[in-house]
Amino acid sequence: MTTLPVVDPSAPEAQPRRISRRPTGSDAIFVNAARVVGASVLVITGGVGVFLAAQTIPTFRHYGLDFLLGSRWEPEIDVLGIAGVLVGTVSIALIAMSVAFPLAVTTALYITEYAPARIKGLLVSLVDLMAAIPSIVYGLWGFFLMMPHVAELAYWLQRTFSWVPFFEIRGTDPNSPVWDTTRYIASAFCASVAVAMMVLPMACAVMRQVFSQTPQGEREAALALGATRWGVITSVVLPFGRGGIIGGTMLGLGRALGETIAVALIISPAFEVKWNILEVGTISVSSLIAIQFSEASPSQLSALLAAGFVLFMLTLVVNTCAAVIVNRSRSGADDT
Amino acid sequence: MTTHLPVLDPDAAPAVPRPAVGSPNADELFVRIGAWAAAVAVAWLITQRFLPLAGIPWFLIVFFAAGVVMTALLTTMTSTWVEVKDRVASAVITGAALVVGAALVSTVAFVFLRGWRALVHTNFLFDDMAGVDPKAAFTEGGVAHAITGSLIQLGIALVVTLPLGIGTAVFMTEVGGRFGKVVRTIVEAMTALPSIVAGLFIYAVLILTLGFPPSGFAASMAISVMMLPIIARAADVVLRVVPGTLREASLALGASRWRTVWHVVLPTARPGLATAVILGVARGVGETSPVLLTSGAANFMVTNPVGGAMNSLPLYIYNGARSGEPQLIDRAFGAAAILMILVLALFVIARLVARPAGARNRPRLTRRVVGGVRALARLASSLGSRGRRTASAAAPAAPPPPLAARSNT
Repeated sequence: MTTLPVVDPSAPEAQPRRISRRPTGSDAIFVNAARVVGASVLVITGGVGVFLAAQTIPTFRHYGLDFLLGSRWEPEIDVLGIAGVLVGTVSIALIAMSVAFPLAVTTALYITEYAPARIKGLLVSLVDLMAAIPSIVYGLWGFFLMMPHVAELAYWLQRTFSWVPFFEIRGTDPNSPVWDTTRYIASAFCASVAVAMMVLPMACAVMRQVFSQTPQGEREAALALGATRWGVITSVVLPFGRGGIIGGTMLGLGRALGETIAVALIISPAFEVKWNILEVGTISVSSLIAIQFSEASPSQLSALLAAGFVLFMLTLVVNTCAAVIVNRSRSGADDT
Repeated sequence: MTTHLPVLDPDAAPAVPRPAVGSPNADELFVRIGAWAAAVAVAWLITQRFLPLAGIPWFLIVFFAAGVVMTALLTTMTSTWVEVKDRVASAVITGAALVVGAALVSTVAFVFLRGWRALVHTNFLFDDMAGVDPKAAFTEGGVAHAITGSLIQLGIALVVTLPLGIGTAVFMTEVGGRFGKVVRTIVEAMTALPSIVAGLFIYAVLILTLGFPPSGFAASMAISVMMLPIIARAADVVLRVVPGTLREASLALGASRWRTVWHVVLPTARPGLATAVILGVARGVGETSPVLLTSGAANFMVTNPVGGAMNSLPLYIYNGARSGEPQLIDRAFGAAAILMILVLALFVIARLVARPAGARNRPRLTRRVVGGVRALARLASSLGSRGRRTASAAAPAAPPPPLAARSNT
């Protein structure tokens, strides 16, 4: 038997329930606790940034704009300028990227396009492992194993491409029968070989991930139209993965800018604005901090912190650009 | 128009079976192998007979260049320009990948070969350097103090960063809102902080301003400042891929948000979280620069993290390599080998955690969803049992309902 609901005319009219997204009870506790954790991490990480930024004020008040534009770093006479240091940092990072970039792209292409399916997983793990190797190990490798060979390469570059202004090495004669090894080692070029090893796997991992997301349909369409493997790469994989290539490269560049230990181990410090990348002596912000922090007076320490802040800003800009480019590209917003 | 049927010609030669798709025919095999064989000969001629290019590196370079040229030449004889490009590209790409592989192998092999002489002595693992002369033989002294220091510093850093990092990730994904976006932006920005600057920050604040002595604690704080954004960001990425339907299902079953996070979201993301944390640890254990500034370097065993200078593996390696003393350099290589074994072990653990052996062939998302569904089932049953308990507590005399009725409700 069916009973229909009886309408009670005397009952008060139904009111719509008030809808609230405000959590109540245990949910409120959870939300607020999570908020507290988030806020504390915000305070910690943001505090570092604010502290560093605050340190730049006394530095600029003390040294003026010369701090950014001057190239001399002479704590004894209270003259500090980081132009040379910044040039050194950027030149090391750029050379490292110009070594690492082609290798990273080709290795990523090899893993996604050419490697037999059986060893693909192994290769991916190897690249990740390479990224996990501590930078000090690459520093040892660069300093003890590669440096003599890199010096030889520098000698050869100097003799063969002597018309390139970057390759000039002051105080040497490329045609002399005996080459003065000490002028060729400990250069920005030597350091950047070790740094390149460090950033290569990182850039390669990002690129590989993006390449492997290439739509299978487009790949097969190209093959069905008669494309060779190289044809597929140039017409499908590379256009699809362009964002990943640029983003991965810039991520690597950001890491290369901040690299400390391998650089501090390899270079011999020289404070000047220097374009001779093959010549002995250079300096980067991070290795400057590593070398100078222990004998710094308070004002020099805040100068070091300000230099660190400039480096941080540089890395931040590069990383943000990388993130924006990767997110905007067709291959999507997959983080590493 | 008429239709012509094919006529069977009994005198025709039997059809040649087509080669399997993808496997090269005799021509291609000749091009592939012959080109590289010719390249060996050409490289020998050029480097050993014609030009003064002694040494293995030159031989390899000339060999590779000659191989590429030979491949191109041989291919032009039989096929078109398109195929030439394909072959050359494949040779160059494979060659570059081999160069990277060789670099990796050379790094690992070089460190182990140079570290071998120190590593073979067991006292290298179990002794410290207290009172050991820098020139002493490998039978004396070791890196036990550095290993202990590394583990202590890393342990403290982990205790600090793990709850904070994963808590922040939970906040960013589960609570979110405008404030969540601000936190995410700042955390992502801070991953760009160079590690040396993190170390310098702790040095300036903790050691110079607050007057702490350089110690393991200061070092672990520096490592924490560096690791926190990395772990928070990686965990955030992992938590974001947990399917939203799982959360909704859990909430629909009446679970509170905390129970949803604890019983559904975190277990579903467990492998990914473990990977994120372990990779963060691997990064932290090898990071030299924050430690260099903050911990000081003792050459004896220190187990008290606030009890003054404390050594650690990366710092030991750095100091050894800069000392210029051959014996200490070899010890540094031994320590580097140990550090690499440590990182490798962490890495393998991360891989195993991320990919349990039983589920290796199942695609990842399915596994995640299956895991989440299982967690949901557990949660449902636990909620259900709690509901039953309260019901039976309210009416203790009532007999338990028959099974069929229960399953209907």
